[in-house]
Amino acid sequence: MVTIIDYGTGNLRSVTNALERLGADYTLTADPRQITAAERVLLPGVGEAATAMQQLRDRGLVETLRSLRCPVLGICLGMQLLCAHSEEGDTPALGIFPNRVRRFPAVEGLKVPHVGWNVVEQLRSPLYDGVEEGAYVYYVHSYAADLNDCTAATTHYGIPFSGSLHRDNFYGCQFHPEKSGAVGQRILANFLAL
Amino acid sequence: MLAKRIIPCLDVRDGETVKGVNFVGLQRVGDPVELGRKYADEGADELVYLDISATVEGRQTFAELVARIAREIDIPFTVGGGIASADDAGRLLLAGADKVTVNSAAVRRPELIDEIAGRYGSQFIVVAIDARCNDSGRWVVTTHGGRTPTDRELFAWAREAQERGAGEILFTSMNHDGTKNGYPCETFARLADELSIPIIASGGAGSVEHIAEVLTLGRADAALAASIFHYGEIPIPTLKRALRERAIPVRL
Repeated sequence: MVTIIDYGTGNLRSVTNALERLGADYTLTADPRQITAAERVLLPGVGEAATAMQQLRDRGLVETLRSLRCPVLGICLGMQLLCAHSEEGDTPALGIFPNRVRRFPAVEGLKVPHVGWNVVEQLRSPLYDGVEEGAYVYYVHSYAADLNDCTAATTHYGIPFSGSLHRDNFYGCQFHPEKSGAVGQRILANFLAL
Repeated sequence: MLAKRIIPCLDVRDGETVKGVNFVGLQRVGDPVELGRKYADEGADELVYLDISATVEGRQTFAELVARIAREIDIPFTVGGGIASADDAGRLLLAGADKVTVNSAAVRRPELIDEIAGRYGSQFIVVAIDARCNDSGRWVVTTHGGRTPTDRELFAWAREAQERGAGEILFTSMNHDGTKNGYPCETFARLADELSIPIIASGGAGSVEHIAEVLTLGRADAALAASIFHYGEIPIPTLKRALRERAIPVRL
């Protein structure tokens, strides 16, 4: 059973559709007790970092998320919220990953947001079992996490950044596995098998 | 490296995929979800579904279709046709669409772009522009499938759309659409000079070479086509391998 955190940021349909395609059961909730008791947690997120952090605080979920011991996967903005800080709205985030999230640099010819299929390399987490180095995944974002020991996949777009993060029971994907075809399906299946 | 995208476009009328030349002589080419699934399996990077139903019943069928596409397709898809308000766009988002595309309604009321981008973000809105080059070389924006000329000019309108919050521009030359004679690459290159958002090239592809040209000389980020895929003239895997041989980055 996957517990999807439903904290009022955008549409969860693509994530629930992907879980249904994998035959996984899921529940949508913002109830801290239910999340603490979860067997597997998914933190999605579309939108703006400061607003999303406020939504987590309003629901009393900050400590709940930090204290989880089950496998947790943050997707897109969900992964950024697991980092230490986001430049978007100068937002202190959950701090599970020590990474800082910054806007892509204003470089001539570099279109922001980074939208489309790009490759993940230096794969280093059980999420990527059976995924080839250089596989393509689908990204839509304007802010990116820097590289450090938690980097579980690297992508280049103007700069190298953390396409994925992993520390203990926490995992993050900046890209959208639920929209990344067969590769994304494999990554989600790997998360379900953790 | 970010891949150049190949995007099959499916025109849907009353729940069925159709294809015509210059929007006339429509022929049915199959179930939209099955066809989309096939393209996704073959390596399409995204799909675009355009509702060209003329009736209320047809539009209702399309809304149901969007939910079905979202359940069955695991790559991004864009939907368009008849979106005239941010509420229309919101319903499609809830049904599972990744992006919406607006065309004539935005020409009539440009604030529509601000409203959709403001509520759902620029990544959710693609502004489609149909334009026709007249005898004096001016690109005139048209509406209603190219039938109605407006007083707007392509480059000015594209810049305005970007400023209002468009996340991407989908440009179709009505001089080239359906002809299979290739794209106006110089016009695409000028659009790329003037805009900082991705450009999707549409209308006119008849060969691998045409698509390679618009992605290189035309500097487009993506190529959208319909009939060459629907009739199997250029299968997507063949196209992508040929693009990679020309050193164009594609997802294989």
